Amino acid sequence: MEYRIEVENLNVYFDELRVLKDVNIKIRKNIVTALIGPSGCGKSTFIRILNRMNDLIDTFRMDGGVLLDGEDIYDPKVDVVDLRKRVGMVFQKPNPFPKSVFDNVAYGLRVHGLTDKDALGERVEESLKAAALWDEVKDKLDKSALGLSGGQQQRLCIARTIAVEPEVILMDEPCSALDPISTTKIEDLIHKLKKEYTIIIVTHNMQQATRVSKYTAFFLHGEIIESGTTDQIFVEPRDKRTEDYITGRFG
Amino acid sequence: MAFRIISPKNVQMIMKAIFWAAGITTIVILLIIIGYVLFKGLPVINLDFLFSEPIDSGRSGGIFPMIISSAYVTLIALLVAAPLGVGAAVYLAEYSGETTAVKIIRFGAETLASIPSIVFGLFGLAFFVIYLGMGWSVLSGGLTLALMALPTILAASEVSIESVNKSYSEGSLALGATKWQTVYQVVIPAALPGITTGVILGMARAIAEAAAILYTVGAALAIPISLLDPARPLPLHLYIIATEGISMENAYGTAAVLVILILVITITTNTLLDRYTKKMMGR
Repeated sequence: MEYRIEVENLNVYFDELRVLKDVNIKIRKNIVTALIGPSGCGKSTFIRILNRMNDLIDTFRMDGGVLLDGEDIYDPKVDVVDLRKRVGMVFQKPNPFPKSVFDNVAYGLRVHGLTDKDALGERVEESLKAAALWDEVKDKLDKSALGLSGGQQQRLCIARTIAVEPEVILMDEPCSALDPISTTKIEDLIHKLKKEYTIIIVTHNMQQATRVSKYTAFFLHGEIIESGTTDQIFVEPRDKRTEDYITGRFG
Repeated sequence: MAFRIISPKNVQMIMKAIFWAAGITTIVILLIIIGYVLFKGLPVINLDFLFSEPIDSGRSGGIFPMIISSAYVTLIALLVAAPLGVGAAVYLAEYSGETTAVKIIRFGAETLASIPSIVFGLFGLAFFVIYLGMGWSVLSGGLTLALMALPTILAASEVSIESVNKSYSEGSLALGATKWQTVYQVVIPAALPGITTGVILGMARAIAEAAAILYTVGAALAIPISLLDPARPLPLHLYIIATEGISMENAYGTAAVLVILILVITITTNTLLDRYTKKMMGR
């Protein structure tokens, strides 16, 4: 099995605070990996390492290696803009732009230089279909995206992300602001998308991790305590702390 | 608890009455001022008054050159102050960190906003009229007004850019957009209602200003053609014919035109902004 992402001895600091400690993990291609752990354990910081969103924070420092397809993404020669096109991100709270549904999905494409109207229309339709949203919005493509429901907004954000054809999709608790029905729709979508994309999902919901992921890593206080197949982590955890967390004894 | 003299329910009623009274008083004062000016001025206004030149220093005749002068200086002020103010606001809100230099710029802008307009006039006289040799002209007057409108536009734009939801920029950057693409295509459109309000406020300040142009624009009664022609915008005309006792009647007419002009500008932009915001927010 080939690895999409390899992280070696990663340490992350904000000012003097060490938020991630000697993180080592390899993430396989076209598979869903779940990151679980209590709040403040560094999961979100970790996925923001993978598309270099932490670069936006002034006090951010890191050392260690982060390889995407074998290339160090923190190499000075790497173009961050190009990296973020390859590694898309879906946020915790749906954050469509205050633009029309169409313009939301077309945004990334336009930003990367696609101007042809027919091609844009085609890609927008494809992306909305892939995000299982087309049937619900096809008649209101020119209406503001902020008029959609929360679940629709989140699927729109997924459509927006896959429109630029990334290799990896990072999802930072994508269902935490959604109702159970919308959550189910997003999970179904994740199952559909994993054939083509490498998906890394941060979740607080144990059931969600078992439902959508093949591999799981358990974070605690900035360290990966244990990682392995989701079945192994949830059925026979090797570490006492993992067991305590997944059985709900803390966190 | 036993010592409470007035029950919370009554306090609630009393406070409500106080706030209601404050609100009503404010509205009434506003209506009286506008109503009085319109009452005295509207009878003077007709097509002849609007579209003819003044006769005998404004004792009779119209105010056409003054309307043109006002449009001219306000346009110059806006062309200079709007790009500069919005540009500086984008820089302060999006590009600069909280450095000492930035704090000084912001403090400078705040101070500038509260300087009396006559001081701007004096500066305009010393700098534009005399030092740069522009003379008493629409250019000197327009630039002085630009200085006055600048802090208003800057402050309103900066606040509205900063209050744009950070999740929009994050979403844009995460799609591989550059900082500039994010600012230009996501942040500024979202902040546009606030920026426009700031520009309109600055414009209203410029169009209604007499003191700042008193020493800079001259007082010519003819229609200004070139940038270096002297002129007499509406507020200045109003000031001159009222203080020199030339014609109180025409002063009220001029005042009414100014008030109507500002009302039209404010109502139009508010309507357009409302429509834009509704469309953007999907309501």
